[in-house]
This record gives sequence, structure tokens and C-alpha cells, in this order.
Amino acid sequence: MVSFLSTAKIAFRALWVNKMRSALTMLGIIIGVGAVIAMLAVGQGASQKISEQVASMGSNLLIVMPGSLTSGGLRMGSGAQMTLTLDDAYAIERECPAVAAVAPMVQGVAQIIYGNQNWSTGVQGTTPGIIMARDITLASGRSFTDQDVRAAAKVALLGQTVVENLFGSLDPVGQIVRIQKVPFLVVGVMEEKGQSLMGNDQDDIVYIPVTTAQKKIFGTQHVGTVRSILVKAGYAANMDQAERQITDLLKQRHRISPRGELDFTVRNLTQLLQAAEQSTRVMTLLLGAIASVSLLVGGIGIMNIMLVSVTERTREIGIRMAVGAKTWAIRMQFLVEALTLSLSGGVIGIVLGIASSEILSRLADWTTIISPASVILAFGFSGLVGVFFGFYPAYKASLLNPIEALRYE
Amino acid sequence: MIVVQELTKTYQVGEFAVPALAGVSLTIARGEFVAIMGPSGSGKSTFMNILGCLDQLTSGRYLLDGVDVSNFSKDELAEIRNRKMGFVFQGFNLLPRASAQENVELPMLYKGVPAGERRRRAREALVKLGLEGREHHLPNQLSGGQQQRVAIARALVNEAPLLFADEPTGNLDTKTSLEIMELLSRLNRESGITLVLVTHELDIAAFSQRVIRFVDGLVVSDIRQGDR
Repeated sequence: MVSFLSTAKIAFRALWVNKMRSALTMLGIIIGVGAVIAMLAVGQGASQKISEQVASMGSNLLIVMPGSLTSGGLRMGSGAQMTLTLDDAYAIERECPAVAAVAPMVQGVAQIIYGNQNWSTGVQGTTPGIIMARDITLASGRSFTDQDVRAAAKVALLGQTVVENLFGSLDPVGQIVRIQKVPFLVVGVMEEKGQSLMGNDQDDIVYIPVTTAQKKIFGTQHVGTVRSILVKAGYAANMDQAERQITDLLKQRHRISPRGELDFTVRNLTQLLQAAEQSTRVMTLLLGAIASVSLLVGGIGIMNIMLVSVTERTREIGIRMAVGAKTWAIRMQFLVEALTLSLSGGVIGIVLGIASSEILSRLADWTTIISPASVILAFGFSGLVGVFFGFYPAYKASLLNPIEALRYE
Repeated sequence: MIVVQELTKTYQVGEFAVPALAGVSLTIARGEFVAIMGPSGSGKSTFMNILGCLDQLTSGRYLLDGVDVSNFSKDELAEIRNRKMGFVFQGFNLLPRASAQENVELPMLYKGVPAGERRRRAREALVKLGLEGREHHLPNQLSGGQQQRVAIARALVNEAPLLFADEPTGNLDTKTSLEIMELLSRLNRESGITLVLVTHELDIAAFSQRVIRFVDGLVVSDIRQGDR
């Protein structure tokens, strides 16, 4: 039995003798592994970014909007009539078991003033349910309460962009701001959420109790109605169930006959985001697959060089056989050579891949993530390539007849 | 001890079967020094290759130390070559990129001898053949005679009882040829190694105790010369 160490030494020497050739052969694997690592890093970075955006929007969200209305044969567009009321929202919260949180929404744009600063921002009247529905965390202060909603209290919850523009570095909690000239007490500030998938600044917002919004800010045109109702289902799997329960409940409340036209629509908000998530996942796979092709080509390069090497060294193989090398020993020698090429190429490729994804994230400002799994995958794959493409040349070498190999010129 | 009975070897060249050995029977006793002679194409090299387990026979029987090796597998033959046989070739057949020391270590590598012992024994063998100080030279840094002595050291290092030499002096000048032949016959006399030598030169064959002549794949004469 020949020790592995001796076999490895023979392999290293053979590769060292043809430095240039070995380096070029390795280059194929280096590029392949590097490309796989970099592409997976880019793909995983993109999908994490999207996941973060999905999470910032709040997960498992449904939105109930006023529906189209037919009035005297004239069909009006969706949302033409304010058909949803605050009581609808409370009923959904009370009676739909698949629902975890409900936040009725009344929104508009309003001027907000603090001291000598002013800022135009989105003001949303809602209930404390918004905190859970949109997965909001507070940076300081508190949320407004159900009590505040019942009393139509003049309290507000500010987003980071609003805070920056009005207060700079001051702590806004406890300060009074004016929204449409009405004074509001700032009770809390929300953590930053960043951009939404559509590019909206999710921090440029002020939340106030829905009742206050209806009475004091957005006027009295439709007392008690809301623009939409945001609903969070208990679990992702419950989305359809929640949708059905809401539809049934609202049909009953709005006295719509079983086959009548609905005056509201329930839309699944996260579907779009999940689709985006799905598509980046597909893209990651695609990038990885394309990069794997270059790894495959690198493997073919190894096979090519190993076949040349076997032919060139026929006489050496003959000598080794004459002094007693068995089939196994010859096969191992060439297999270890191929493996050495592919694995050292793999290691260099990993370093190169990590470096290039680092450069990409610095220069192009892309999020890149190098997961241990992708490194292990690339390294394992390069080893597999070595064994797969090294085996045939090694097998061919071991089949040589010693006397013919010795005579080979 | 080597016993061959009705040994034949036929090469298939395209559609034609070319007989190289046409039924050879003979016995070589332990410790003998045999020269095999004959014109080129007489089958003498084929015969030696079969005795040396480098080639397989077509029909007949080959008993080595009482064991029939006629139908041994490739790996079994490799094992026998490794433990019982040493080879010296006309073209030396050293690994060109390995030092003298590493070339001599080669048979021990395939026997599984530990590295330390391998180095020690290879050094000893080289010193014994007068190559002290040349251990780390590559073959192309050595003269022909020195290269052939490295090859002989390689053949002896596993303490094989059988040594096959195929035209060992073919690439050497007269003076060096005589040195090498002196060396080989001394090994035969002093260490009791069985020596089978293929040559077509009479003065080289003259070193042996027995000359077997081949013509057209058959033994035509087998003459013992007695001790010189």
C-alpha cells in the first residue's frame, strides 16, 4: 500500500514541473468557483434586501378597499364611494378568527409645523392595530391607545423623516406639533423602515387616531367612513381564510345578496412582494447555474490536461509498473493530481470570489452576502469536478500494459 | 527457480497472428547466471519479458518458485515484480525528474516501506554501488555508467532474488560495459542472485555460466560454460 502522503508528493512534483500548464488549468476552476461564489453572493444579497423590504411593510397583509358602485346603470371605479366604516373595521377585528390585527386607514397629505419648521407629509388616521399590522417598532415614547381613539385625542406618532425635518436632533416626544393648525402632542417616534419596494419613503409619515383624523383634519364629508382597512392575518397560511371571513362578514354587514356585486374588494398585499422575492430567488439560481457552467468548463480543462499528461508520461507509468506499482497506485497518482488541481483552484477561487463580491458591494453599492453554504458548495463541487474529470485519465493510465508503456517513445 | 513448459506467445498485429515464441521449455535454477542470445526478432526479449512478469503468455505454463503464475492478474504480477524481481534495461529507464535517491526508493514506495527506512536503504544501495555523493543528482546529471548503476541499485533495493537485464550495456562504451558486467557477475557470485541477461554481444555473454540461443521463437542451443 502506498501512503497517501507519498502519492500526494508525487502529484505535487508532477504539477510543479509544468508550472505554467498547471496554473492555466487551475485558472479554469478558479474562475468557475469564483464566479459561483460571487454570483450567489449577489443573488443572496438581492433576495435579502427584498426580504427586508417585505418585512418592513409588514407581513401577511390584506387590504380592504371600497369597491366599485353601480349607480343608475353607471359603473363607477373602485374607491369611488366611501363604503367602509370604522364599525366595519371593529367588526372584522371582533368576528374574524383568522385575523390578528386590524387598522382602519384615513389618510391625506397635511402640513405639519413645529416651531419655525414646517413639512408636508402623509398623515394617516388609524388605530393602535397599525403597530402590529405593519410590524412597527418604536424608537422612543409610546403608541397611542384605544382610549386615545375613543376620545379622539390629539396625539401623534412620527416617522423618522418627519422627525429629521422638523426637530433635527431634538427629542420630539412630549413636544407639540401643529397639523393643519390643530395642536398635537407627540407621544412616540417610530424606528426607521427605509424605502418600500415601490421607492416610497416609509418614514415620511405621521400616525394619529382615526377618530381625530376624521373629525379634525380631513373634514366631515363622510363621517365615520374610512379609506381602507389594513388587515394582518394570523399566519401566512391563513391569508385565504382571512380573506373569505372578511368577505362573508362585510357582505352580511353591507346587506349584499349572495350573487350581488360587492361594494368592496379585499386584496392580498404581500402577494406582489412574495412574487418579487420569488423572482430574485430564481435569479440567484440562474446566476449560480450560469457560473456552474464555467466550473464545468474548468473541469473539462482538467480532463484535457490530464489526458495529455498521461500520454506524455506513458514511459514513467511503465517504469512505475515495472517496479511494482499496482493498478490502484497508478490510478490514485493521477486522480490525486487532478484533485490537487481542482481543490487548490477551488481554494483560490473562493478567495477570489469573496474578494470580488466585496469589491462589487463597495463599488456598485450592492448588498452581497457570502453564506458558508455557498463556499462549502463551491469547494465541494470543485472537488467533485476533480474526481469526475480526473477519473477517466487515471483509469486510462492504469490500463496501460507495462511492456508497451516502457517501449513508448 | 524458474520452470517454463511449452511456452508460446503470439502477437496480434491487425489481422495477422505473429508468433514470437513457439513453444519453449527450460529450467533456470536459483543462483544461475544465464545469457539469452539470438538475432533480433528471435523472441529473446519477449521471453525475458514473460519471465519478468511484464508480459503475459499465450499458452503453456510458467512456474516461479513452484507457483504457476501463468494466469495471474495484472496486480498479482505487479506484486511479484515488486518482491521478487529487479530490472535493468538498455535505456536505463530512470524517472527523469527524480533524483538518484528517489529513483532507488521507487520499488520500496510500492512495497509500502516507511519513508525513513526507504531513504536509509536507498542510500545504502547507492553507496554500495559507488554512487556516494550522487544521491541528489538527476539522471541527466549522471554519466551512462552511473545511470545504469542507479538502475541496478533500484533493482536490488527490495532484495529481489531475480535480476533481469535487457541489453544492459547496449548504450555504454566498452570500458563502462565491462565495469557494469563485472558488477553484475559479482552480484551473482557473492549475493546468489539469479541473473537472466539478454544480449547479442558474445563478449558480454561470455560473463555468464550458460548461454541459451533463440532463433524464430525456439531454443536452438543451451550450453553450460562452467565456471570461468
